[in-house]
Amino acid sequence: MSTRQIVTIDGNEAVAYVAYRLSEVIAIYPITPSSAMGEWSDEWSARKIPNLWGTVPMVVEMQSEGGAAGAVHGALQTGALTTTFTASQGLLLMIPNMYKIAGELTPAVIHVSARSLAAQALSIFGDHSDVMSVRQTGFAMLASRSVQEAHDMALIAHSATLQARIPFLHFFDGFRTSHEVQKIEQLSKEDLAAMIDEELVSAHRARALTPERPVLRGTAQNPDVYFQGRETVNPYYAACPAIVQKTMDRFAALTGRAYHLFDYEGAPDAERVIVVMGSGAETAEETAKYLAARGEKVGVVTVHLYRPFSTEHLLAALPATTKVISVLDRCKEPGSAGEPLYVDVITGVAEGLAAGKAPFKNMPRITGGRYGLSSKEFTPAMVKAVFDEMKKAEPKNHFTVGINDDVTHSSLEYDPAFSITDPATVECMFFGLGADGTVGANKNSIKIIGEETENYAQGYFVYDSKKSGTVTISHLRFGPKPVRAPYLISQASFVACHQFTFLERLDMTRYAIPGGVFLVNSIYGPDEVWNHLPREVQKDIIEKKLRFYTVDAYEVAQKTGMGGRINTIMQTCFFAISGVLPREQAIEEIKKSIKKTYGKRGEAVVQRNFEAVDLTLAHLHEVKVPAQVTSTLSRRPAIGADAPEFVRDVLGPMLVFEGDNLPVSAIPVDGTFPTGTAQYEKRNIALEIPAWDPATCIQCGKCVMVCPHAVIRQKVYDPALLAKAPAGFKSTEAKFRELPGTMYTIQVAPEDCTGCALCVEACPAKNKSQAGLKAINMVEQPPIREAERANWEFFQTLPDIEPGSIPATTVKNAQLLRPLFEFSGACAGCGETPYLKLLSQLFGERTIIANATGCSSIYGGNLPTTPWAKNAAGRGPAWSNSLFEDNAEFGLGYRLTLDKLGEYARELLTGLSAELGDTLTEGLLNADQSTEAGVAEQRARVAALKEALKGIRDPRAASLLNVADYLVKKSVWIVGGDGWAYDIGYGGLDHVLASGRNVNLLVLDTEVYSNTGGQSSKSTPRAAVAKFAANGKALPKKDLGMIAMAYGYVYVARIAMGASDQQTLRAFLEADAYEGPSLIIAYSHCINHGIDMRKGLEQQKLAVNSGIWPLYRYNPALVDEGKNPLIIDSKDPTVDVQEYAYNETRYRMLVQADEARAEMLMKFAREDVRKRWELYKQMAAIQYGNGGSKE
Amino acid sequence: MADLTTSYLGLTLKNPVVASASPLSKKVEGIQRLEEAGAGAVVMYSLFEEQITHESLALDHFLNRGTESYAESLTYFPDLEHYNIGPESYLELIRKAKQAVSIPVIGSLNGVSTGGWVDYAKKIEEAGADALELNVYYIPTDPAITGQELEQNYVNLVKDVRAQVRIPLAVKLSPYFTALPNLASRLVGAGANGLVLFNRFMQPDLDIETLEVTPNLQLSTSSELRLPLRWVAILYGRVACDLALTTGVHSGQDVLKAMMAGANVAMLASELLHNGVGRITEILSDMAAWMESYEYESVKQMQGSMSQRAVAEPAAFERANYMKALQSFDNKKLY
Repeated sequence: MSTRQIVTIDGNEAVAYVAYRLSEVIAIYPITPSSAMGEWSDEWSARKIPNLWGTVPMVVEMQSEGGAAGAVHGALQTGALTTTFTASQGLLLMIPNMYKIAGELTPAVIHVSARSLAAQALSIFGDHSDVMSVRQTGFAMLASRSVQEAHDMALIAHSATLQARIPFLHFFDGFRTSHEVQKIEQLSKEDLAAMIDEELVSAHRARALTPERPVLRGTAQNPDVYFQGRETVNPYYAACPAIVQKTMDRFAALTGRAYHLFDYEGAPDAERVIVVMGSGAETAEETAKYLAARGEKVGVVTVHLYRPFSTEHLLAALPATTKVISVLDRCKEPGSAGEPLYVDVITGVAEGLAAGKAPFKNMPRITGGRYGLSSKEFTPAMVKAVFDEMKKAEPKNHFTVGINDDVTHSSLEYDPAFSITDPATVECMFFGLGADGTVGANKNSIKIIGEETENYAQGYFVYDSKKSGTVTISHLRFGPKPVRAPYLISQASFVACHQFTFLERLDMTRYAIPGGVFLVNSIYGPDEVWNHLPREVQKDIIEKKLRFYTVDAYEVAQKTGMGGRINTIMQTCFFAISGVLPREQAIEEIKKSIKKTYGKRGEAVVQRNFEAVDLTLAHLHEVKVPAQVTSTLSRRPAIGADAPEFVRDVLGPMLVFEGDNLPVSAIPVDGTFPTGTAQYEKRNIALEIPAWDPATCIQCGKCVMVCPHAVIRQKVYDPALLAKAPAGFKSTEAKFRELPGTMYTIQVAPEDCTGCALCVEACPAKNKSQAGLKAINMVEQPPIREAERANWEFFQTLPDIEPGSIPATTVKNAQLLRPLFEFSGACAGCGETPYLKLLSQLFGERTIIANATGCSSIYGGNLPTTPWAKNAAGRGPAWSNSLFEDNAEFGLGYRLTLDKLGEYARELLTGLSAELGDTLTEGLLNADQSTEAGVAEQRARVAALKEALKGIRDPRAASLLNVADYLVKKSVWIVGGDGWAYDIGYGGLDHVLASGRNVNLLVLDTEVYSNTGGQSSKSTPRAAVAKFAANGKALPKKDLGMIAMAYGYVYVARIAMGASDQQTLRAFLEADAYEGPSLIIAYSHCINHGIDMRKGLEQQKLAVNSGIWPLYRYNPALVDEGKNPLIIDSKDPTVDVQEYAYNETRYRMLVQADEARAEMLMKFAREDVRKRWELYKQMAAIQYGNGGSKE
Repeated sequence: MADLTTSYLGLTLKNPVVASASPLSKKVEGIQRLEEAGAGAVVMYSLFEEQITHESLALDHFLNRGTESYAESLTYFPDLEHYNIGPESYLELIRKAKQAVSIPVIGSLNGVSTGGWVDYAKKIEEAGADALELNVYYIPTDPAITGQELEQNYVNLVKDVRAQVRIPLAVKLSPYFTALPNLASRLVGAGANGLVLFNRFMQPDLDIETLEVTPNLQLSTSSELRLPLRWVAILYGRVACDLALTTGVHSGQDVLKAMMAGANVAMLASELLHNGVGRITEILSDMAAWMESYEYESVKQMQGSMSQRAVAEPAAFERANYMKALQSFDNKKLY
């Protein structure tokens, strides 16, 4: 008999564990929340972990989910057991192949962590929009409710598909199940073997394409037989439900866990029954059992096999007493008769009744409702609301639950206080800062509780929408019974605040139950902490009689060299206070867990954590709670009162995790939001910010240029304006030739700075008396926050320089232009955002941006706020994100409109020239808009035109008024990362370059899929480790620039701001000026490189100096001048590639893991650099024209 | 043919030319090349505890940084199965080197913590090293630390290690001690079997364009031989231990000088890094030719022959070079 391990893992790992072991070929592509399944597979493959048959599965990353589906199809056709993992848009890209795979009756499994689809907005979170969009493909669809079920159903799917010959889509809820950590029983190798019939595997192989037994598959059929051919599969679909049930029964015999196509739970004589699938079914089932135990006649049918939809099995699951059925769908189909599961249930019940096969005589009343879109909470209170609604004589149909729909009034009211939590279950919440390791520590705590005690345990983690200074909320449950509660904790007996500053903006004590524990990490001791709490917190502590603890985790961390990571310290406090385990045992287990988690990273790491644990308890104190509220401090609002109403009332609640309370009416109907909203956040996340020393400053503008967050700015202004300056406002005589007699200031936005210090690194000016100081130096933020806030406010009143009023051809001058991209939530020190900021400065007020999905679309467009901003005239970049794969085409669409409507405007203008007069018409038609000044003049002419058109009655005048703005030059910037440009969007990118249209493509090249956590792309350089390339990438980086240059009419530049800011500036100006397609490939240092982000610019220099990132510009316009279009802007390599590479963890970790392979790949990488450099030099030396340039 | 054999740390070496700690011993093949070229022994590159600690903490930092903060990118790197952090790869190299070569393999260690020194020394011994060189250095910047304290730390360190390992111990010293012979004898008393004179430090330079301090490691030249030569000559016969001369050894003549001053072995790295491992063969050949031509029978015969105690004018080693140069200039003027 097999021994099964008890493990505490998340849904993705639970599924990947099975899929990997039952596959031979695995085609992968990253997409949240399924990426981890591919990552596990790649890591296991790199570690040579064999599958069930003793061979290591081949794991291949493709260029898109469409590509993965194609590869899966091919691998299946040639006889391999094949799988893939995906979600959301990725699943949609697989649809064409899914029809083929199903049409050809091919056993396969696709595992999907179900996720929302991009509609009015993208969302990475969980619902059934994606899987419901493929229900018509012919795939069988198997749904799981929990981590254990996902693990089990994965096996059932792989087993059943072989017999049914129908491919399976196994799905579970994105994040709620894919990322929930649960204690489960892991299936053994023997279990897997027992469920897979070798003769069915052989049968699959026997159907494979092979020249040994050649067949033709994938024919084109004509009207005479296609229809019949489509009907041939019917017996297979008819047989499938029984096969699945048989497989489930076999599984039950093996493991004791019994599943059915439709599982019923609740009162045997239920009159009100909910039909639902996914994690929500678990909540519904638990609630129904709770209510039934209290006499309510309610029950729940959980759908496991959704396709083929077996009416027979559904009817068998429904009690004969059923009077009302409410079908809950976790998706929305606007304009439909109802959501898919609802329609299926109605059809099934009606058919069953008509055929006399229903358990009841009369047609039950059937209502449908939507819940849980994009991981919206679905709680027992909501389930109860649905059951209560079903009691009514006229229950709502097509209702929603979990939101407040104050527009069409579809929503059901519910009582949030209703709870079914077992008193024996302990619920705990932890508020942490992303960087402090809280989530990791809690994951370890769950493992300890799950694996070292008899308790069951569950963990779920909520993250915010930023990438720096983020808040994390950990929800931990444990207790003697299995935790079947896939929803957030609302009332906890243990609430911990790991960052003291959260107290002033987040209401955490509201989650604490009376008599519960509130633990705060504070620099204040047990006797002083009370007076530093906001009044609201004091009041809650007193009224709820909370046991209040404090620990100075920062001090412990500092003493033990833990830096900002207080994870193990806070974990020790949790165990010490909660008493889950005796203290000594808890500390021993924590240490075991530290050893297990960090041991392979070296003894020093382990010892440091051990010391932190040992030192913690001496710093943990229970605070004697006074009887009275004494504080004069109050929690501050998320957004200041001066913010616009929409920002304050709609975006504000989102910032403090209260967006769930916003009603439907508060949300824009079409996904359109105002820009310029990040300025209202004032996140105050930097401990240190830059301070300016005017005496040392040379006014070069480099600090302003490199600031990823646009928090450091320079202005030149009339000295008279200083009259109203605050006392501490710094100013010096401006050194700008074009602006004599002016004053100059560099000012920092103190509350928006992330403290990355890139500005300090970029500053070339050093203090002559103390070489360690520069013109910009980091200083502590809190002491100067107030003064600098006043300075910043005054600074903002100083006028910005008008674009075009000073040549922007030098960094110094260009950095006087106002950034229209500011205060993004990107990682501190981000290497991408300085380029976007530059773009916004140079062309922002006449630019439309098409942004591929990725980091830039997240820090650019993830709610609540956006860094894209407007200037004083109200103009600024207009921005949109369509998808990941289509961005180049999306941007081309912009261009087509601009060109067409510009043409139409000129036609109308010509037609109205008599009424408008020749001067205005000619001026508009022949405007030179090659300079910003020319654009400004044209804008003035258009304003005059609009004025003039008001007085003209000709209907063409109204039309021209609508399109007059198209007469002003506009730039299209198509922005995205390397995952888009090199991989998934490459086909479109290539076509758009080939189109010859005047678009500018900016590739923010981090050399990995940064946003999804660093998966390899074709841009990933040789020898670097990335996810999906855990052994180090074996092949060189694709030379996208070279491919684009091959067209001969595409402007191409390869830039690295840290190596040459002037070349970067020049490339942007030239690309925008070039009347054709332009491609800029920008080196973007990234957290995924494993570098000190402060040294990002230095790494860029090394990349260029080592030749791994040559700088060049290829300007086709030069050919007309008889010159070689390729200008190499960097010098011959002066440092070895290794000198650059081994500063980065992505390269270095391979040396640490496999030195021989690292050396081999580094040798090849060196050779790549040499060969490419030689080639470029030869290309740049070619003579063009008659005895043309030798450049 | 002259007999080149010598003994060092109780080991018998076929000749006194020893490869000192350098990147040349980072791989087994490199150590084999040193043996093939004729090296009498090889000192492995140094195992730096500080570097191990730093690598460990840095890896941890970069693997952790930014993780578990944003829902789409909960980690940034694959979690590899194993990292060669720690002394394992170094110890493995010793094990492999011992199997691959027949010349003595001497481990080299630079520790930070007392625990680290002892722990790593034991591991190096267990890995099979024939002897261990303690590469001790400390740049004192704190005015509160006295020379006495510092020296006592060195002595204690040697005692601690000696208490835990049985293989011979050599201590590599810097020249910056006020009373080197006293320290030398205390180190010997603490259990050192040999002294290696001297360590060469990377000396920082100043870049007056960028106003930055720039680390600078330059290879040694023959002229640098004279500093260790003097101290070997002084210590020979005064402290009861073996002496290794290192720094400035570039030629057969240099090795001969080292021997005559009283060294058991002469160690070299710069010459090999600059002109190749094959220089060992040439140096040995030059030595043999010189010894033959001057009718020396063996290295042992010449060892210490020009030590302070053996030369006609012992005071020459006690004078400052400047004074000697001045006097010789004055002498010439008399004629």
